[in-house]
Amino acid sequence: MEQKLINLIVNKRKHQVAFYPNITLLQALRKLGYMDVKNGCEQGDCGACGVILNGKAVNSCMVLIWQADGSEIITNAGLGNMEKPHPIQEAFADAGAAQCGYCTPGMIISAKALLDEKPHPTEDEIREAISGNLCRCTGYGHIIKAVQDAAEKIAAGGAI
Amino acid sequence: MKYKAKEIPKVDLPELKIVGKPLRRVDALGKSVGATVYAGDYYVPNMLYAKVFRSDQPSARIIKLDVSRAKSLPGVECVLTAQDLQGATLVTDFPGQTGREKRAGSDAPVLASEVVRFRGEPLALIAAETLAIAEAAMKLIEVEYESLPGVYDPLEAMKPGAPVVFEPDNIVARWKIRKGDAKKGMEAADIIVENTFRVPFIDHAYLEPEAGVAWIDDQDVINIRVATQVVEHFRNIARAVGVPQNKLHIIGTLIGGGFGGKEDVTVEIFLALLVKATRKAVRLVYTRDESILAHSKRHPFIMKHKTGVKNNGLITAAEIEMISDSGAYPYLSPYVLLYATVASTGPYKIDNLRVDSTSVATNNIFASAFRGFGAAQACVAYEQQMDEIAKKLEMDPLEFRKINYIKTGDKNATGQVIKSAVWLEETASRVLEAMGEKTADSGSLKIGRGFASYMQSYGRITMFHDTSRAWVGLELDGTVVVRCGVPDLGAGQINSLCTIAGEVLGVSLNDTTIYYTDSALTPLAGTSTATRQLYMSGNAVFQASSAIRQVLLERAQKIFEEEISNLDLGGGKVFVKSNPSQGMPISDLAKLCASEGLPLNNLAEFKAPFTEPPDPETGQGDIYPDFTFGAHAVEVAVDTETGEVTILKSAGCHDVGRAINPIAVEGQIQGGSAQGLGYGLMEDVIIKEGVIKTRNFSEYLIPTSRDVPTTIPIILESGTGVGPFGAKGIGEPSLTPAAPALANAVADAVGARVYQLPLTPERVLDAVRRGKIK
Repeated sequence: MEQKLINLIVNKRKHQVAFYPNITLLQALRKLGYMDVKNGCEQGDCGACGVILNGKAVNSCMVLIWQADGSEIITNAGLGNMEKPHPIQEAFADAGAAQCGYCTPGMIISAKALLDEKPHPTEDEIREAISGNLCRCTGYGHIIKAVQDAAEKIAAGGAI
Repeated sequence: MKYKAKEIPKVDLPELKIVGKPLRRVDALGKSVGATVYAGDYYVPNMLYAKVFRSDQPSARIIKLDVSRAKSLPGVECVLTAQDLQGATLVTDFPGQTGREKRAGSDAPVLASEVVRFRGEPLALIAAETLAIAEAAMKLIEVEYESLPGVYDPLEAMKPGAPVVFEPDNIVARWKIRKGDAKKGMEAADIIVENTFRVPFIDHAYLEPEAGVAWIDDQDVINIRVATQVVEHFRNIARAVGVPQNKLHIIGTLIGGGFGGKEDVTVEIFLALLVKATRKAVRLVYTRDESILAHSKRHPFIMKHKTGVKNNGLITAAEIEMISDSGAYPYLSPYVLLYATVASTGPYKIDNLRVDSTSVATNNIFASAFRGFGAAQACVAYEQQMDEIAKKLEMDPLEFRKINYIKTGDKNATGQVIKSAVWLEETASRVLEAMGEKTADSGSLKIGRGFASYMQSYGRITMFHDTSRAWVGLELDGTVVVRCGVPDLGAGQINSLCTIAGEVLGVSLNDTTIYYTDSALTPLAGTSTATRQLYMSGNAVFQASSAIRQVLLERAQKIFEEEISNLDLGGGKVFVKSNPSQGMPISDLAKLCASEGLPLNNLAEFKAPFTEPPDPETGQGDIYPDFTFGAHAVEVAVDTETGEVTILKSAGCHDVGRAINPIAVEGQIQGGSAQGLGYGLMEDVIIKEGVIKTRNFSEYLIPTSRDVPTTIPIILESGTGVGPFGAKGIGEPSLTPAAPALANAVADAVGARVYQLPLTPERVLDAVRRGKIK
């Protein structure tokens, strides 16, 4: 198999890299150093590798790199940082939504995709939106609260 | 019956400055923005990639293991088999069990040599220039087996003539308790209730698969960066690898979930061997499939309860038998069995008691620690038994329990006097009250409610002579540094330690920083297991901080000419309590102390009570530092046509002594409950003839946001624990009562009990038939 030159924009940074086209977007992103994209199962079951691909939340382990050629990708670390966190990230930190934190980046990506579409989701809609993201630590209660808190914060003008 | 919360005894807890406040955990923002670096995120230049070649047979003799073709594949740096290891084993047995001698040969070999005892047992290690080459080399290893008869059921394994996993027999451990006169107690009973309960293998299913990277440095030290609950394994690993203990350095990372599954050695032993052999950096990360194949499971138990009860509800005697499947190697099975044995009576005063428990070797995957450590299994049995007895007596389940609940000053099953608050009715009545109005039945949906109480230890068994150390220092700008070898599982261990140091030294949580989980650079703090870190390392940090506080206050006494009792530290200042405007910044006081050579740092060691092992014939003796008490209730809807169970409501109430951070405590209660509800509702590692059938998250199902409701967390604080500020432990106990509460709710809904977890639709439908629900 021959390597293929792949173009990606990740968290606003342009990459042009040769990859074997059969590797997954997850593998490619981690090779490029986007370590906040977590590998939990590589089978699309857990959601830890969630990223926003051209505006849609996807499991990056379920996308082959050639399918993502020319795409724009946002990972959780692309939403904010310690100094300037995204309101969802801040809400997760304050609500106790991150315990071990391994599911958190993917969880926040699902929350971001939900709030982009539905700024005032019901609890049921939040549960549906994160149902593909497994969390073994929290029992989901604080995560749901964090999404609700973030929705309020964003509505009050806190969006980045 | 409507339940009302029982009034709690008056407790005078002092108001504290940051302890007990719902503050953002010190690790929370880093995790939320994706800045936290986990063990699998580290890369070292020019490192090699490792793979573990595993047995695909559960019980076989190795006829041939030829790695020559794998070795000669270009890019393969090294292939190791047992021949290269000179019999390296991991200490997994418990000296003093099953007699006073260690069981010969039952420690797990690092790599199998003559026989394999479970499917997935490691046979060879590969290190190669790329992961793809390592994977290709796996296919070039030639192995031939001669199948040996295997044994996959602990009851079968106990029978004469069963295949023997280890000579002389399959008994891995036995414990017993003899208290009072069980025979006479049974004779004094009006009714005798007998039931047998079963629980399955469970996977920890942490989101982070096992991971590590290792390298050898210019001092010939093997450094291993790994996700582990136990950095002290460096000693075990050094012995197995054949290097001095001071040449093996474990650098723990924040852990992406452990729950006991990263308590035993995982990848670090393989990394150490490969680094020693190649003298190059090596990385090893498991896939999900390999994680499920390679790491321990929660022990399945068969638990038989025979209870004698008076018609007035008083328990006169109990006889309990427990059998656990330890799988192919003992690992922590003897200890897990001991915890289960001690917990087997639950929070009930039973003066005439006989408990016999046995852990049995099979050719299944090995079982070891899992949040609750045998006590969770025990609760599944004793709390279902309590409901069954109440039903026989036609008594309300809580009224029946109240007659038998243990009280402060009573003795537990091993004769240890309970010294702290025992809030059993307080917690049980609150979870029942939290259920609110009962949902109405509709069509085939029958509503049921159940609850469970528990008592559970926190801190290790005191015969282990447990210790922890922590160092605390005050910087000249008034900020605080903590150094402690505590591993943080995500439950908030490092945050608790920062909060305690900040509280004692009067600085904000933001002004504390902790360096953690390093076997060489931070004081050893022991394992993050057994719900022990807040108790052990929390007390060590409290001691170290208090020593510095004393230095500061003594120096401030001279400045302000006030009694020390009228001085306090808070908000980054030292101040006069009776006149808070009189004070000075701690930074100024710190500079003053430093200029005079007064010590602004302290290394403290905290020791748990040291006791002798319990009497082997009676099991009597003090065994734990203290106990946590609490309860869980659930309301379910059971579809009597399909057997499907929907959890409608869930509430957990626990006396945590003192909540160091209430948000973190809520998180433990809610998260522990979700695991417990998963245990009851859906989780099951299915193993057929030693072969695991549930090897990913679409087959091994854990609760999603769609499967469990948010548990209502109810925190009570008696202030009577042996942890800092009167804290008890909550990490493991939060899980324990959820599964039996669920089982009791389903039995309430359908009128008959499922005696085996999980409560699958098939089993529930069978109960529906037995319960004769129309």
